[in-house]
Amino acid sequence: MKLLSRAEVDELAHLARLAIDDGTRERLRGELGAILEHVAMLGEVDTAGVEPMTHAVAMTLRLRDDVPGPTLPVEVATGGAAVVADGGFVVPAVIRE
Amino acid sequence: MDDVTALTATTLAADVRAGRRSARAITDAFLDRIAATDGAIGAYLAVDVDGARAAADAVDAARARGEALGPLAGVPVGVKDVIVTRDLVTTAASKILAGWRPPYDATAVARLRAAGAVVLGKLGCDEFAMGSTGEQSAWRATANPWDLARVPGGSSSGSAAAMAVRSAALTLGTDTGGSIRQPAAFCGVVGLKPTYGRVSRWGAIAYASSLDQIGPLAATVADAALALEVIAGLDPRDATSIDAPAPALTAALDRGVRGLRIGLPREYLPDDLDPDVAAAVARARAILADAGATIVDVSLPHTRYALPAYYVIAPAEAASNLARYDGIRFGARAKDPADLDALYARTRGEGFGAEVIRRIMIGTYVLRAGSYDAYYRQAQQVRALVRRDFDRAFAEVDCVLAPVAPTPAWPTGATPTPLDMYRADVFTLACNLAGLPGLAVPCGATAAGLPLGVQLMGRPLDEATLCAAGQVIERATGPAPRAPWPPRGAA
Repeated sequence: MKLLSRAEVDELAHLARLAIDDGTRERLRGELGAILEHVAMLGEVDTAGVEPMTHAVAMTLRLRDDVPGPTLPVEVATGGAAVVADGGFVVPAVIRE
Repeated sequence: MDDVTALTATTLAADVRAGRRSARAITDAFLDRIAATDGAIGAYLAVDVDGARAAADAVDAARARGEALGPLAGVPVGVKDVIVTRDLVTTAASKILAGWRPPYDATAVARLRAAGAVVLGKLGCDEFAMGSTGEQSAWRATANPWDLARVPGGSSSGSAAAMAVRSAALTLGTDTGGSIRQPAAFCGVVGLKPTYGRVSRWGAIAYASSLDQIGPLAATVADAALALEVIAGLDPRDATSIDAPAPALTAALDRGVRGLRIGLPREYLPDDLDPDVAAAVARARAILADAGATIVDVSLPHTRYALPAYYVIAPAEAASNLARYDGIRFGARAKDPADLDALYARTRGEGFGAEVIRRIMIGTYVLRAGSYDAYYRQAQQVRALVRRDFDRAFAEVDCVLAPVAPTPAWPTGATPTPLDMYRADVFTLACNLAGLPGLAVPCGATAAGLPLGVQLMGRPLDEATLCAAGQVIERATGPAPRAPWPPRGAA
């Protein structure tokens, strides 16, 4: 069975912003390897000249008129956040002195 | 006193409109049913007793004032936890949304309420709708009411189990790769996955946006048709919702199948198909033929590639959609992170369950530079070929008949590897890839009493043919029974 390397799993976890522990990393090496091995059978299909399907129903996406409408009040829009101050979302310091 | 919870949604709404029953009495009966059954079943993640009673009282007050009542007046409904409900805790069965109270209703929920439905609470599911058993929940797994030691199917596990034991008169689920139809079959109820775009996805917590659809699970085909009529239709808030006339499904129910051509795709009837499932399909075939349909063998040659295409496309979209859970704007947030990157990574690593992490990682793999063409683009091309297969079949037939899942409900914990679980979706996910409507309808049971279902798939926007054919099967096999209570196998 295909195993991803630890470095590959770590790279994916970094790209996806997922902190994983050593046990999870080891488990994912085999699980992801098995899934990727299975989906590799897609390569058997001759898709030359086939337009990729990106949407289930052929349609032109509508654009709304550019007119301001009602929006959520700030305190409601921020109401689900863990840390809020002065009507804004609080994040850790991005720029250090 | 009669058992109100045994009645169909169609009957309950008619009774409320005619003044034969009060919405409040119906709601209280269903709240009692939840209290009696849900300790063992675990269908609900949240029950909104006060909100439900207030909504029922509002229906009764409207009737007392002589106002016209909606088509679902006084019908108690349950809503899958990936569909947002205003001020009613909605978590997608994930720790990362623990305690979240959305500031708005999904369009489908708003339309149910406007039609007079009473929201009882939120129904359990696999986390972010990723799973086929209901076991991938951060909170609780749901039991199959027909056998508590078996899974109810997934990901709309609570929606199907609640219908089977009638702790709701109607439920909403979502279907990205079979998540309405497969649990409906496992639990012996009707499940309708609408054409992609038929129902607004506004307020459906996104998993794979090009595949996700909201749809009803119900006791009868007529109830499912009624529910879809209510929730379907253009929504300016969902750019993918289709601008098509509201489907006249209930009016089409009685038109039968005489003169219809119904395809039997040979790829859906492999030699190793479970004999009970094969027998259910054979039974449905005979019923439809007796009712005047012509059964035609058809081929959908790319069927075997639907599974790998799905497990590239859906994780890719999931990896993108779930990027929004960053610990900042809503939901859980890691404590004392060293910096912004640590806040993101720890919040997500601590907040997501194992299956969600797997799919995000797969999606990240297939989208990254270097593997995009070999995986993602190839999968989108295969998707086009899957759709082309159906288009060719629908030039010959009006709909196709197939199994829903390869087996009946299996024991809890019986899918040891992710791929084992993914393979359970093999007969349902082509319908999502192609954007077609699909209906799961009960069709008999195994010798041990486990429900069996069959699936009808149709042309885009032709849910009416599926409902008409589904009702023919339902009438011939008798209405799907409620799961026995107390359940079999209980002490």
